[in-house]
Amino acid sequence: MREREMQSRGTDMPTQERKLLLKKMEISVAEAEKRTGKNAVNMQETYTVYLIETRPVDAASEGTNPVPDSLWRRYSEFELLRNYLLVTYPFLVVPPLPEKRAEFVWHKLSADNMDPDFVERRRVGLENFLLRVASHPDLSSDKIFYSFLTEENGWKETVFETGFQAKADSRLKALNATFRVKNPDKRFAEMKHYGDELQSVISQLLRVRARAADRLYGVYKVHGNYGRVFSEWSAIEKEMGDGLQSAGHHMDAYAASVDDILEEEEHYADQLKEYLFYADALRAVCRKHELTQYELEMAAQDLTSKKQQREELATGTIRTFSLKGVTSKLFGQETPEQREAKLKMLETQIEEGEELVKERNAECEEFVKSAWVDIERFKEQKDHDLREALISYAIMQISMCKKGIQVWNNAKECFSKM
Amino acid sequence: SHFQKNVDTTLTDGSSFNASMQTSPASMINQYKFEEDADTKDIFVTVDNPESHVTAIETYITYRVMTKTTRSEFDSSEFEVRRRYQDFLWLKGRLEEAHPTLIVHPLPEKFVVKGMVERFNEDFIETRRRALHRFLNKIAEHPIFSSSEDFKIFLTAASGELTSHKKQGPGFLSRMGDTVKAVAAAVRGVRNRPQEFTEMQEYVEAFSQKIISLDKVTQRIVREQKEYLEELKECGPTYALWSQSEEELAEPLKNVAGCVDRCCKETEEQVKNLSDHLIPVLHEYVLCADTLKAVLRRRDNIQADFEAKTEALATKKANRDTMRDDLDKAEDRLEWANNALKSDWTRWQKVMRTDLRSAFVDTAERNVSYYEKCLAVWESFLHSQRTDAEGNGKVDFS
Repeated sequence: MREREMQSRGTDMPTQERKLLLKKMEISVAEAEKRTGKNAVNMQETYTVYLIETRPVDAASEGTNPVPDSLWRRYSEFELLRNYLLVTYPFLVVPPLPEKRAEFVWHKLSADNMDPDFVERRRVGLENFLLRVASHPDLSSDKIFYSFLTEENGWKETVFETGFQAKADSRLKALNATFRVKNPDKRFAEMKHYGDELQSVISQLLRVRARAADRLYGVYKVHGNYGRVFSEWSAIEKEMGDGLQSAGHHMDAYAASVDDILEEEEHYADQLKEYLFYADALRAVCRKHELTQYELEMAAQDLTSKKQQREELATGTIRTFSLKGVTSKLFGQETPEQREAKLKMLETQIEEGEELVKERNAECEEFVKSAWVDIERFKEQKDHDLREALISYAIMQISMCKKGIQVWNNAKECFSKM
Repeated sequence: SHFQKNVDTTLTDGSSFNASMQTSPASMINQYKFEEDADTKDIFVTVDNPESHVTAIETYITYRVMTKTTRSEFDSSEFEVRRRYQDFLWLKGRLEEAHPTLIVHPLPEKFVVKGMVERFNEDFIETRRRALHRFLNKIAEHPIFSSSEDFKIFLTAASGELTSHKKQGPGFLSRMGDTVKAVAAAVRGVRNRPQEFTEMQEYVEAFSQKIISLDKVTQRIVREQKEYLEELKECGPTYALWSQSEEELAEPLKNVAGCVDRCCKETEEQVKNLSDHLIPVLHEYVLCADTLKAVLRRRDNIQADFEAKTEALATKKANRDTMRDDLDKAEDRLEWANNALKSDWTRWQKVMRTDLRSAFVDTAERNVSYYEKCLAVWESFLHSQRTDAEGNGKVDFS
């Protein structure tokens, strides 16, 4: 359903249709397997690999159904791909990966990364990631992404060869910009705030939901004790025995039904988690805007101060405080030749500065334009997806209620035969 | 008259033998009608209207006991009196004394220590009121108890009358004598208990365990549900909080918040239902099991007494005539006790079956109703999203 959905979303953007990889290629993460091998420090480790299968769309529709191409990738390679995309397309809200470690777990068991349920949910999450990227108007045409899907060997080297790591902004630089930027675009500031709120509220929801699920599990399971006691009691009764015994079976069925119910709810939690991580991606775009804006402001500020220095030098007035000004006052002014040389240097710097400001301004504008387009796209996707998630949650609740009605009606019939 | 007889028989042979009843066990059996003639029900008793009374020394609650009856032995057809818990205790004691091997339905306990429930807490009073109502109705439905003079006085006498009647019961010393004899009999033990009473005892042991387990399981369910409710109560507000940051999503999120809150209310009611309806009934039958054990013990004591007197007659030489008299009486008493118990046992099993069946059927019905209500809540959400979506042409529900 996801794939169809993705493909149909492509038709919402006719101009980008031809770019969508998903229109040409079927992608899936079909399997997961455990492997053991030596890691970077030459120690034995166990890890999971995922099978990525691809097949041209035309082939399937022709009915020939050829064997798909496939290759194995582990989670760290997905991470590498995403990091590359983040650095290369800082103006895009890059789809998130499923969580690295199981969090917000309602049952202590599933906190283990090797747990088969966790691995299965991760497989689904990784497939979802690939489908999201492949249906993105810009990301889907990325070559590194394409080779991730098609070239098993040497892909890692290819990625490193792009030198993307050098382009990555240092955390410190980004943090600095966040604090010092003076005039970020208001919309981005609001978006960042929204990202913060979204992350906070979804985290809270996931926490509360996990605790409630834990409790609900307890409620259902205790009913299993009814089953046991009814069964024992039926052994000492004559007329009541049959009714009690069969009622007991229904209590056992009720207790057992909670496992499926909560498994389904995990899918809902995963849908929420995706947007929890999306909030992070959104904030990353906003932070990048702050950074580009800050660099523009810095360049502009630098230019202004250089221009001021030139003015002072040209008119001989000192309006700004500078050590040079003070020392020249104390030790006498410079010679006309020195002044001339200085002026010339400043002129050059000003020229360069103006170029830089122009450049940075263009960068900033370009960034704002592209980023805002993607943010709008993201907003629409988010509203659609989360609404679907809420609807599927309601459907789950309805299914749970129907099961409850059935079990208790059956139990009631048995009880009336007591 | 009637009272004197009671006192006499109690003092002379130390047993609580009600001589006002016909002596022949055979004729006594005829008095037991086990077919429930609902149409011929001629007495209706209700317990309601709890009121608090404050005196210098204590505070206590009284309940209104209303009786409507067509029985000729009642002076009127309607009665209204106020009774306190102590009065119910007294009535129960009198019935047990008069009929040691008949099964008296248990009263709710004096106070609940475990839950540290305040004695005058509204829920506690209501639960107790319901239990007292059930108690009196069980007495009224019992073929022997319902014609008890003490029961009649309980239902009809003004408070002052009841107090003076209470004082006329067997004196302290005679009651002491009973206790001593009972202990002695217990120590002696029964030699040839009839198989059916042994089977009864085995059943009661097993039944007691099962009903205690059911009580515990149900209490555990209530606890788990309360904890679930605590967590669920935080979900709605979280969705509501989220809706404040959203535009398009605000409406569905607010809607979901509302749905979760409604489900919380339903869950709260469901928990209350379990506590108010199923648990008290299970609890009563836990107490019943204890009553049954006591009844079987008393029967054993009566048999032990008979066996001891038989032995005494065989071994002792003096006072043989008196001893033979005593032995005859003891034999009658035993036959009486055994038949009374056998009949009442059958009756009790029927009543137990009816009570527990309807309690569990009731619980199942409430659970169905709970899920139906929650189902409606979520279906209304889906409906609202459907009409929204179809309007906007956004969502495909296939």
